[in-house]
Amino acid sequence: MSSPDEHMRSTHREHGLGVPIAGFILSIVLTIIALWLDQQGALPRDWLITVVLGLAVIQIAIQLFFFMHVTESDERAWHIWLLALGFLLVITIVAYSMWIMTFGAEAY
Amino acid sequence: MPVDIKNFLTHFFVTGYPLIYGADASIILATVAILFVLTYFKKWKWLWTEWLTTVDHKKIGIMYLIAALLMMFRGGVDAILMRTQLMLPNMHFLGPQHYNEIFTTHGTLMILFVAMPFIFALFNIVVPLQIGARDVAFPYLNAISFWLFFFAALLLNLSFVIGGSPDAGWSSYPPLAGAEFDKGPGENYYLLSLQITGIGSMATGINFLVTILKMRAPGLTLMRLPLFTWSVVGACILIIVSFPALTAALALLLIDRVAGAHFFTMLAGGMPMMYVNLFWIWGHPEVYIVVLPAFGVFSEVVATFSKKRIFGYTSMVASIMVITVISYFVWVHHFFTMGAGPGVNSFFALATMAIAIPTGVKVFNWLFTMYRGRIRITAPMLWTLGFIPNFAIGGATGVLLAVAPADYQYHNSYFLIAHFHQVLIGGTIYGMLAGMYYWWPKMFGHRLSEGLAKHAFWWFNLGFYICFMPQYALGLMGMTRRIYTYPKGLGWGPYNFIATVGAYMMAIGFVLIVANVVYSAFYGERDTTGDIWDARTLEWSLPSPAPHYNFAVIPHVDRRDAWWVMKQERKEGKTTLDLQQEPIRPIHMPNNSGRPFILGVCFFTVGFGFAFSWYALVVLGFLAVAVLLLVRSFEYEDSHYIPVEEIKETEAAYGRL
Repeated sequence: MSSPDEHMRSTHREHGLGVPIAGFILSIVLTIIALWLDQQGALPRDWLITVVLGLAVIQIAIQLFFFMHVTESDERAWHIWLLALGFLLVITIVAYSMWIMTFGAEAY
Repeated sequence: MPVDIKNFLTHFFVTGYPLIYGADASIILATVAILFVLTYFKKWKWLWTEWLTTVDHKKIGIMYLIAALLMMFRGGVDAILMRTQLMLPNMHFLGPQHYNEIFTTHGTLMILFVAMPFIFALFNIVVPLQIGARDVAFPYLNAISFWLFFFAALLLNLSFVIGGSPDAGWSSYPPLAGAEFDKGPGENYYLLSLQITGIGSMATGINFLVTILKMRAPGLTLMRLPLFTWSVVGACILIIVSFPALTAALALLLIDRVAGAHFFTMLAGGMPMMYVNLFWIWGHPEVYIVVLPAFGVFSEVVATFSKKRIFGYTSMVASIMVITVISYFVWVHHFFTMGAGPGVNSFFALATMAIAIPTGVKVFNWLFTMYRGRIRITAPMLWTLGFIPNFAIGGATGVLLAVAPADYQYHNSYFLIAHFHQVLIGGTIYGMLAGMYYWWPKMFGHRLSEGLAKHAFWWFNLGFYICFMPQYALGLMGMTRRIYTYPKGLGWGPYNFIATVGAYMMAIGFVLIVANVVYSAFYGERDTTGDIWDARTLEWSLPSPAPHYNFAVIPHVDRRDAWWVMKQERKEGKTTLDLQQEPIRPIHMPNNSGRPFILGVCFFTVGFGFAFSWYALVVLGFLAVAVLLLVRSFEYEDSHYIPVEEIKETEAAYGRL
C-alpha cells in the first residue's frame, strides 16, 4: 500500500522555481499598477473602482494558474467543481450584499 | 504600593464581584491540583510525548472532545446563572453589566468553543477510520488547528478574570461593540480569540475535505461513502466558503477599535449594517456547519441500531449537498427588521423556507430506516429518537420565523431564543452526544454505562422541554432577549420559573453524562471485538481502540456499508480475514512535533498583546510565528516507517494475526 506521502507526490509534477517566481512578479506588478492609478487620481471614481476590481480578478487568475496549478491534475479534477461552487458563492456574497445594502432603494 | 501600580492592577484584574473572586480561587486551585497530580505521578514527559506533541488524528480528536465537554460545563454554568437571575421578577442575583458579560460568553462559548470542537472531535476520530486511511491529509496542520483552538479558548476564558469579559452579545454588533461604547479589552479578547480559532477551523475544513477526496481506500467511491463522511464533506465546504467573511468582519472591527478607523461607525461614512451583513454571511452557514455532522451521526446510528441499511441513501447525499448550497442563500433572515426592502426580504424568506424541504427528506429517511427494522434502544439511539420530535418542532418554528412580515413580531424575542436553542441543542448537541456514546468504545476500548446514559438522557431531554417550551410563550408575550430582569405584573414570572427549573434538570443531565464517563472508565463493559454494536462501516473492522497506524492492511471496498458486507461474506465462508490475504508492508507515518503547541502559545501572545494594545508583545508573537514557519519549511525528516515486525506484534497483541 502506498503511503499518503507517495500518494500525494504522484499527483504532483515537479517543476522549478520559474513558474512561482513569474507569478510573484506579475502579482507585484498588478498591485503597483493599482496603487499608482489610485495615487495619481487621474481616473474618475467609478472608472477607478472598475479598473482596480478588474486588476483584482486578474490576480485571482494568477493565483490559480501560477501557484495552485489548477490545470495540472492527473486524477479526476474535483477542484474544478469546487472552484465553480466557490465562484458561485463568492459572486453571491458580493452581488447580494450590494443588493441588501441599497436598503430598498430599488423601484417596486 | 505606588498609586499607578495599584491603578494598573485594579484595571488588569477584574475586581468587585464575589463570583469573580470565586472564579479566581477555582482557577488557582484547579491549576495547582493539575500541576500537583502531574508532578506526583511523574506524568510530565508522558503528557508532552503522548499528547501535546501528537499528530495522531485519534488523540487530537480525544483532546477536542475533552475541551468541548469542559467548555460545555463553562457555558452551562453561564446558562444556569442567567436562568437563576431570571427565575423571579426583580432578582438581584447578577448586576446588569455582569449579566451582559455572561450572555455574551455563553453564546460565544457554546457556538465556537463547544459545538465546533465537538464536531471536530468526531471528524478526527471517525473520518480517517471510515474511509480506510492512516491519518488525515495534513497531520501536522491538524495539530496546529487543535492548538490554535485550544489557546483561543484559553484567551476568551481568561478575559473573565483579567481585563474584563466581552459584553456586546455573541454577535458583537457595532456601534455597541465599537470603541466609543465598549471601552476596555473585553471586546478585543472576543475579536482575537475568534480570529485565532477561525484560522484553526479553516485549516480543519481544508484538511478534511482533502482527506475525504484524496485518501479514500481503493474502491471506496464517493457514492459508497458512509453518510457521516458525506456530512463532513458538506460541513467542510461551508467552513471553507463562510469563515473568510467572519475573518474580514472581525478584522475590520478590530481595526476600528484599536486603530481608530470607521468601517462600522457612521462617522466618516462607515456602515454598521455591513458588519451585520458580513457576520451573518458566516453566521448562517455556521449553524449548518454544526448541524450537518449531527445529521451524519444520526444516519449512522439509525442504520446500525435498526440493523438495516439507510433508507434512500442517494436522496440523503443529495439533501446534504442541497442544504450545503441553499444554507448559503439565507443569511438575511437574521436581520429582516433591518429594512433592506421587500425584494430582499422576500427572496431570503423563500430561500429559508426552501431549506426545510431537504431537511424534511432526511427526517423521513430516518423514520423509514427504522420502519420494520430490528431496533435496539441503546444510548446513541435514545438521543437520536429524542432528536426527531425536537427537530420537528424547532424546524416548524423556524419556518414561522422565516415569514418576513411575521418576523417583525418574533425578532429578538424569547420565541427566537426558544427556536434556536431547540435546533442547536436538539440538533447539534443531541447529535454530538449520540456520536460520543456511539464511538466511545472505538476511542477508549470500553462502552459507557447504559443505565447512567438513560438517566442522563431523560433528565436532559425532559429538562429541555420544560426549559424551552415556556420560552416560546414568553416570546409571544413580549419578553425580549438580553434583558437582565423584568418587573412584576407582566405575567412572565411563572413561565420563567418553570424554564429555570428545566435548566436545572438539564444541568443534572449533564452531570450524569460526566459521571458516566468517570464510572465507565473503571466499570464499563470492555470492547474486545472492536465491533461492539454489530455495525456497518469500516471503523468497526478495527480493534478498539484502533492501533496508531489504523489499518495494518488497507481494505478494498466494493459496496456501501463495507464492513457489514465483509461480515456477511465471512459468515457464508466466502472470504477470510484481510490480514491473511495480503502481506504486511512497512507503514509510513508522520513524526510528532512540539511546534504546533508552541505556535498556539505564540498566537496566544499575539492575542493577549492586541487585547491590551501592548504592541511589543504582538510583534514578538508574530516574529516567533514567522520563525516557527521558517523552521518547518526547512524540516526534511518529518516522517518515519513502522517496521513490519512492530506491526505484527501489535496485531498479534490484538489477537488479529
